[in-house]
Amino acid sequence: MDLRKTEEWFFRVLMFLSTMVIAVSLFMIIFSVLYSGLPHLTWEMISSVPKGGFYFGKEGGILNAIIGSLYLSLGATLLAFLLGLPLALFLNVHLIRYRKLVNGVRFVMDLLWGVPSIVYGAFGFTIMVFFGIRASLLAGIITVTLFIIPIMVRGMDEVLKSVPRGLLESSLSLGSTRSETAYRVYLKQSIPGVITAVLLSFGRAIGDAASILFTTGYTDYIPTSLSQPTATLPLAIFFQLSSPIPEVRERAYAAAVILMIIILIISISSRFFSKKYHKNKINF
Amino acid sequence: MRFRRFDIGRHLRDKLHLAWMLVAFAVAMAVPVALLLGLTYKSSALLADHSIFNIIFSKEWKPLSGEFGFYPFIISSLWVTMVSLLIAAPICLLTAIHLTQYANRWVLKLMHPIIDMLAGIPSVIFGVWGILVVVPAISDYIGPFLGKSVSGYSILAGAIVLSIMIIPFILNILIELFRNIPTELKEASLSLGATKWQTIKHVQIKKILPGIVSAFGLGMSRAFGETIAVLMVVGNVTHIPKGVFQPGYPLPALIANNYGEMLSIPLYDAALMLAALILFVIVLFFNFISRIIIIKSDKHN
Repeated sequence: MDLRKTEEWFFRVLMFLSTMVIAVSLFMIIFSVLYSGLPHLTWEMISSVPKGGFYFGKEGGILNAIIGSLYLSLGATLLAFLLGLPLALFLNVHLIRYRKLVNGVRFVMDLLWGVPSIVYGAFGFTIMVFFGIRASLLAGIITVTLFIIPIMVRGMDEVLKSVPRGLLESSLSLGSTRSETAYRVYLKQSIPGVITAVLLSFGRAIGDAASILFTTGYTDYIPTSLSQPTATLPLAIFFQLSSPIPEVRERAYAAAVILMIIILIISISSRFFSKKYHKNKINF
Repeated sequence: MRFRRFDIGRHLRDKLHLAWMLVAFAVAMAVPVALLLGLTYKSSALLADHSIFNIIFSKEWKPLSGEFGFYPFIISSLWVTMVSLLIAAPICLLTAIHLTQYANRWVLKLMHPIIDMLAGIPSVIFGVWGILVVVPAISDYIGPFLGKSVSGYSILAGAIVLSIMIIPFILNILIELFRNIPTELKEASLSLGATKWQTIKHVQIKKILPGIVSAFGLGMSRAFGETIAVLMVVGNVTHIPKGVFQPGYPLPALIANNYGEMLSIPLYDAALMLAALILFVIVLFFNFISRIIIIKSDKHN
């Protein structure tokens, strides 16, 4: 047989195996988390807060972490959306003639996207010390907001970039102002992409542990104000998994299942949105 | 649009929107500067009486007596990062070639959501998987197979977990690169009698080599800064690791693990903030170079 063909087949087998490794890894991760967590996912687990301390108490569940995580990531996603959407529109509508500036901003956003979340966590901590606030829901929200702004902006920017320039010109020539063009034409054209970007940022916000390690603290209770420390799912997993008490570790596994289900729902619904609303787009 | 007799309101609204956009713009642009200044400011207390060179190359880590040497942690970080890249790089390259050149449509349709989901899984879940699967696999199978008795919490465990984490990230860039290669190039090579594989090897990979290298650079800097997943499986022993089966203690894990004590020991917080600053600068540097290379090679096409 031709040596060239043999080599090609050899590499094709390797390619197939590599692809399999990736697929199998995902299923192995999902399966191992479900296998160890599902048996402990009782109604008591998701409906009560830990009793007798999250690290030592054998009773109770992880309601504090579920609610805390939702507060934290909804708050951060909302803040990041309020800053990210205008910024993304600003780049693509108002600054469209300043290519170099826009590309520079994109570059900075890409760099910020690459910054590890622990660095944001450390920075959040320095802000806290500077303003004299304790570890709290508010400090966590601010830190996570900074962390997800680049993800949000680049995600939206990617779809806004593809809006045809003819739309901008027609809209302006019909007498609408730039911000009307931005919010009524550009935003409408890119709704599915914007939703996907928001969902993606929400997923990042709810899943990240390193940025909130210093800033939100941890507690057994459900927070009632922004200035209280807050339990979160990633930290519930991280802290309780290191406990010597099996019942506490069960809570960590249950929390892992819940976090993973949330992430999978986000992932599936963002695919759904990007498919479903695609047909509303005007194509030239 | 509805008819309005006075359109003062519209223009006022336009101005308000613009003002808020400028605020958002200013906030986003201030973040990198604030990160740099804030971390420098907090770590300046330590830098006042220790030189940066000393801190990076000193092996002594004794916070109680005021000695902060980062050398063991930096070496651990390098080990974990390099080994994870060694695992991830060939898998990514081969899969990217498979998906863009050989695979059927249904494989693509199947793999696309898989890669997306893998990219979305939080690092703490990777850590749980590491503890449940990777660590026991190393202590029960890989270690004994090589005739070693190991605990499993090791550089290798951290690197395996990390490699799976950075695979979707690198893979997405590589797929994009392969897709953007002009078809004429491939056709020209095939018409000269080269096989498909020869074309891939000698023409297509060669064409996007700078891009591939920078994709690996981006993956590496992601691995370098990853915290929680690594922290959970790497063992966290302060020493200079000499092999993949030994435990390590990478720089991000050091920061995350000691936030509790850092306010009770003098200069400890400054040392940890300096560690964060070093992490920030290194990651920024690698990102900067890699992104520039990608942009440059994009322009060539």
